[in-house]
Amino acid sequence: MKAHWWKALGIILVLYSIVMGFLGKVPALWVLHETIRNLYFHVTMWFAMMTMLSISLGYSIAYLRGFKREYDVIATEAANVAMMFGAVGIVTGMAWANFTWGEPWPNDPKLNGVAVGMIAYIAYFILRASIDEQSKRGRIAAVYNIFAYVMFMVFVNALPRMADDSMHPGQAGNPGFGGYDLDSGMRAVFYPAVIGWILMGVWLVNVRKRMREVEFKFLQNELD
Amino acid sequence: MEFRQKYALGAIVLYAVSTVFICYLSFHTIDSKTTWNALFWVIELFAATNAVSKSFGGESKEVQLYTYTLASPGAVILSKIIYNILLTIALTLVTILVYSTLIGNPVVEMPLFLGTAVLGASGFAAVLTMVSAIASRTNGNLALMAILSIPLLMPILIIVIKLSSMAVSGMLLEDPTNYLIALGSLNIVTAALGYLLFPYLWHD
Repeated sequence: MKAHWWKALGIILVLYSIVMGFLGKVPALWVLHETIRNLYFHVTMWFAMMTMLSISLGYSIAYLRGFKREYDVIATEAANVAMMFGAVGIVTGMAWANFTWGEPWPNDPKLNGVAVGMIAYIAYFILRASIDEQSKRGRIAAVYNIFAYVMFMVFVNALPRMADDSMHPGQAGNPGFGGYDLDSGMRAVFYPAVIGWILMGVWLVNVRKRMREVEFKFLQNELD
Repeated sequence: MEFRQKYALGAIVLYAVSTVFICYLSFHTIDSKTTWNALFWVIELFAATNAVSKSFGGESKEVQLYTYTLASPGAVILSKIIYNILLTIALTLVTILVYSTLIGNPVVEMPLFLGTAVLGASGFAAVLTMVSAIASRTNGNLALMAILSIPLLMPILIIVIKLSSMAVSGMLLEDPTNYLIALGSLNIVTAALGYLLFPYLWHD
């Protein structure tokens, strides 16, 4: 049981952030009003997604160094979980945008960047599906994954900062969140929420990886 | 190596010219500068994709095997990238020439536009060479080429369109050098990644 403490911690932190996210005190803000609570859910999704993508990148590089099959599985599953976080992030973001910016999909560089970045990762899955041989698939997909990661980061983190028309905080001369809307009470919910979701993501990757392992063993038994 | 396929060079140039000609027949003149710019880059993107996809996809297995016995993977990918960069730049210049004679040239800041076009073309070439190498390792490679390359080309495309729209309108609201530096460093990063990762694609 001792090895599983982080899973429990993840559940507790996420539950805490959900409860406190809806019930906790938030500062009264201009335009945002109570929708600032979405910060606990929308922004944390992107933190979790970036972490998952970085894990995926790390395991892709590890795969290219040692060609261990497990690394390839972890890289794929981390990218899968990242896509899930990304999809939820987009949905929560659209709901938020609808209330604060007046439309679900304003023409914002960050939104468009994320959309294209996710398309790049979907292409990664298509690439994987199109190669049959396991070791070849792992190698080629790992190479593409590294490219996709670099482009994704350029897209989501570098380009919007250079653009002059982003509405997200921290860009185009807008102050970052730290500046005006995170008081200490919100910090006490936001950071645990980030850690909680990242732990949940790691857990999901872990479960999916083990599922793949079982499938693999099952197939091997069948072949024998 | 590549010069053995002279007909392919001709085909690419013909492709670019005929695309421009189709645009000319359907538009005659373009009043809006934004449309001019957008259309130019769409033509450019597809011409470049077409040109570079031949670099690995057009080679037979035997030829590839032969090359691999002669040269190291790093040398192969670097020479391919350099060749493709030169090819795409030449293609871009031809396209600009034909495009502006047929449809007209509203560009105000020509040096900036040309600089952007050259840098953008080399960025396209670097990404596309690598994607072409990836796609050639899979089974159904032509369709994959487009799927894999377009998302990866998008950051370059966005910077390029921003720069060239500045050049076309002549309104330099921001300093373009920042974007030029970003574009250049993106090119270098892509080429370096290609150089580092190509050896993994190479052996079967």
